[in-house]
Amino acid sequence: MSATASAPLSGKARLTPRQRFWHRARHHRGFVFGAVVLATIVAVAIFAPLIAPHDPYLQVLSDRMQPPVFLGGTWHHPLGTDALGRDYLSRLLYGARISLLIGLVAATISAVIGTTLGILAGYFGGRVDTVVTFLINVRLALPVVLVALAVVALLGGSLTVVVSVLGLLLWDRFAVVLRSATRQVRTIEYVAAAEVLGASLPRILYKDILPNIANHLIVIATLEMAHAIILEAALSFLGLGVQPPLPSWGLMISEGKAMLLFQSWLITIPGVALFLLVLAINMFGDGIRDVTTPEGRD
Amino acid sequence: MAVLVALTVSIISFSLLYLSGDPAVAMAGENADDAAIQAIREGYGFDRPFIVQYGDWLFSALRGDFGESYYFRVPVSEVIADRLQITMLLGLFSTSFALVVAIPLGVAAALWPNSIIDRAALFLSVVGQAIPSFWFGLILIVIFAIDLRLLPASGSGTWAGFVLPTVVLGYYATPAIMRLTRTGMLEVLSADYVRTARAKGLPAPNIVFKHALRNAIIPVVSLAAVQMGFMLGGSVVVESVFALHGAGYLAWESISRNDLPTMQALVLIFSMFYIAFTILADVVNAWLDPRLRVS
Repeated sequence: MSATASAPLSGKARLTPRQRFWHRARHHRGFVFGAVVLATIVAVAIFAPLIAPHDPYLQVLSDRMQPPVFLGGTWHHPLGTDALGRDYLSRLLYGARISLLIGLVAATISAVIGTTLGILAGYFGGRVDTVVTFLINVRLALPVVLVALAVVALLGGSLTVVVSVLGLLLWDRFAVVLRSATRQVRTIEYVAAAEVLGASLPRILYKDILPNIANHLIVIATLEMAHAIILEAALSFLGLGVQPPLPSWGLMISEGKAMLLFQSWLITIPGVALFLLVLAINMFGDGIRDVTTPEGRD
Repeated sequence: MAVLVALTVSIISFSLLYLSGDPAVAMAGENADDAAIQAIREGYGFDRPFIVQYGDWLFSALRGDFGESYYFRVPVSEVIADRLQITMLLGLFSTSFALVVAIPLGVAAALWPNSIIDRAALFLSVVGQAIPSFWFGLILIVIFAIDLRLLPASGSGTWAGFVLPTVVLGYYATPAIMRLTRTGMLEVLSADYVRTARAKGLPAPNIVFKHALRNAIIPVVSLAAVQMGFMLGGSVVVESVFALHGAGYLAWESISRNDLPTMQALVLIFSMFYIAFTILADVVNAWLDPRLRVS
């Protein structure tokens, strides 16, 4: 399907796949938007200690519930302060670290589980496939929020517990999609060639199958990262996720809920941050999917 | 397969009890002495082997007996029954809401691809999926309950109390249904029999709704059934935001209060509902699509 390096049709076709990817990506508006916003949030998270105007845990009780600048506050606290007098901007910046960390680690754990199951099921078929399909069905039948809440309540709400629970629960989409992708790739000649050449099984799975389903893998990884971030915020909001005084965005919304009547910006600000992060990750993922799919690399 | 899945899920729901280590210690509380813990252990039968406890629990559960709630001190089944009605109602409303919004949008998007409607629908679905439901709920409370004073912020006493939770729970299922309607319609609209209908000179609405939509909607119906299963899980968050006293809110309450029997029962019931809805989706699909029945 795609123009390969051995068939130069025009000047453009000589671009390497990577060059072609960037060429297409630069012209994909959603991808550019997602990438820019995401890069900004990542930079903010990394450099939070340098940017943040105050200590996110420092309580100044005389400065409680200062409004943000655009609602008549001062530049001393650009986004105001919360009910304990902590600087809201600083908490927001440090909160980005928690969201990104949870998204990345949870998506990685579930990617490892789901990809392994998916590739094995797709490559071997038969009984292995039946077992994996069974596991997927069991996982889908379990209500994620409920099980996550229960586990956090019973084991305690540390960052490690929350990340592990989400990582162990969100692998279903990886398994479903990579199973069918592997099935398609498996029938292509070079896999048969590798088998005939006597390549070892791990080598075939790792060198021949995995690179050819990698774009699916990346797209689902972004989706599940966004999913994990939203779920962490929801769990923390319900009081059974990350525990105070950590500046999780979900927890900030939960704490702001008490002031809903008078200070609605306390929930608006972290909510908008959460929305932007999830939107950026989704658009970034959708962009990668749009840009890589028409290449016909699988 | 479904039976095996259900059995495995029941084992998982039962094992949740042991996740914290010793359930007797968890129940007794922090300041209990050894004698009190031992009394609870014997009273609730935690000293028996795991398999015996599980078998006992499962057979009682099959008869609708989930034991006694630690918190309410009444049978769990009694506590759940009322609450489940509210959640079922909410699920039904939300699914209807999602279908009513998503199908017309999907059809319009397919009729005029790349038009403003199509782009707006796509934009809405991308944005919609990024809004956390609990936050969306709070924002709606601020707008409709506090600023405009149109709808109640919480409670399930009146019909009005269901409006905001329905919107919040329903919008989450909307993008998926809309996209599926759009792809289905695009496919069907380019099919031969639609071209024939056009050539015969049938009026356009007739073609779209009688010929095209009826076929395009088949996968949507099964998606809606599966989404309803997911909504039961989503109800935990939404009902807590609106303090709607359904099964989802009960789940949150029982988890926060360490009411393990109620929690176990709810995990099991929610899973069973999901399994039932997926089976229902298959049945409805076969009924709607004669091609599936033949093969």
